[in-house]
Amino acid sequence: MMVVREKFEEELNQLQHKLIELGNLASNALTNSLVALENGDIELALKIMEDDARVNIIEEEINDFAILLIAKQSPVAVDLRRIIVAIKIANDIERIADFAVNIAKSAIRIGKEPLVKPIEHIKHMHRLTLQMLSLSLEAFGEEDLTKAKKIAEMDDEVDDLYGQTIRDLLHLNATQPNQSSQITQLLFICRYLERAADHTTNIAENVFYLVKGKRYDLNN
Amino acid sequence: MPALAENNKIQVFTSMEEAPKNVSTKKVVYDTKDLNLWYGDDHALKNINLSIYENEVTAIIGPSGCGKSTYIKTLNRMVELIPVVRISGEILYRERNILERTYKVEDLRTKVGMVFQKPNPFPKSIYENVAYGPKIHGIRDKKTLDEIVEKSLKGAAIWDEVKDRLNENAYGLSGGQQQRLCIARALAIEPDVILMDEPTSALDPISTLKVEELVQELKKDFSIIIVTHNMQQAARISDKTAFFLSGEVVEFAQTDKIFSNPSDKRTEDYITGRFG
Repeated sequence: MMVVREKFEEELNQLQHKLIELGNLASNALTNSLVALENGDIELALKIMEDDARVNIIEEEINDFAILLIAKQSPVAVDLRRIIVAIKIANDIERIADFAVNIAKSAIRIGKEPLVKPIEHIKHMHRLTLQMLSLSLEAFGEEDLTKAKKIAEMDDEVDDLYGQTIRDLLHLNATQPNQSSQITQLLFICRYLERAADHTTNIAENVFYLVKGKRYDLNN
Repeated sequence: MPALAENNKIQVFTSMEEAPKNVSTKKVVYDTKDLNLWYGDDHALKNINLSIYENEVTAIIGPSGCGKSTYIKTLNRMVELIPVVRISGEILYRERNILERTYKVEDLRTKVGMVFQKPNPFPKSIYENVAYGPKIHGIRDKKTLDEIVEKSLKGAAIWDEVKDRLNENAYGLSGGQQQRLCIARALAIEPDVILMDEPTSALDPISTLKVEELVQELKKDFSIIIVTHNMQQAARISDKTAFFLSGEVVEFAQTDKIFSNPSDKRTEDYITGRFG
């Protein structure tokens, strides 16, 4: 079958590449945010905050480019879904990057003081969330529904860990009230990671919409 | 009639996923059953089965040579003017097979008006263009004719532009005005159905939009079947869309469905501009 819209195809590819670039930036920010926390690395935390400007710029570029494509190419059916989904996924990725910034800010507040207890659960949540982000971007790039579905399963695991960790931290808070400032920050970090994971689930839902043209709720 | 318009809308939403044939509560105007048509050895229409409902706009899309113009021309039997044509199957118009020999083509054409690709007014005055059909059908009374002309020109959204120069030659009108005059001419015989074969392909964008708006108005009183190469036009103005390819109907569904999530890969490839 002859392809007669080569320029449009190329532009859709460009849109996808920009989205992957955005995803990589968010993924780096999220990776570094926990390094900053563990090592009390304030400089790294500040760098995460500074680099977030780039994420915002790329998200705006994606939105502008998508609007231009709609205006110029009058896309329909799967082409239209591809563009709409790109706008929505860009928004989810931008939010994930914001959570990385929030974690970095918490890391700064905790500073160099030793952590009240090993943060294995938080690290586990963080690892899962990063995997989900990377899997969601692969699912989008490859339009792979199996990968998209896997994200929903992983999100259940994150939710379980979240519940456990919150309980642990609240218990710790009761026994070590002098540490409540740090424990509060750790509670926030748990929440940020849980929310970031939810956004990767949104991305997965959008992959389903892209491929099937119907909406699916992967959270239930 | 806002209430009716609202009902239509609800119906469109609730029936998006289903085949239009099974869900519409509207009456069928045209029912095409196993229609085959040959130009000599060329099999131009293959087993066409389509139901056209009243007070709807049905768009027919497809690449050149797919049979869409041939199909619309069978609906008023214009196609039989071509000597080498052979037809099998049935086209029921209001439950009567128009392909039967006993069906008088004159009766059919008083019920089914047609508008063509290029405006083709008669080389007569604006008034005479519209009054021509009713006169042929025996209306002689000047007052009645005046009323028909005014009503038809108003119906075609051109009255205000021509009311002060009804006796001027129609050739003095712009292309877009001529096309709306031709629509007025079709309305003058008070048809049931209006067939439109690429009615805006020779018009500028503003005239095109005027005709599109007119089509939306006209469907309150008529059933409209429009062949168009302009897919955005089909998306904008039609209730249902049939996609023709190589003489076959590949997909026939609600327009919303065709342009958002078509069922057939070939439809998707065509509407997204991947071939054609």
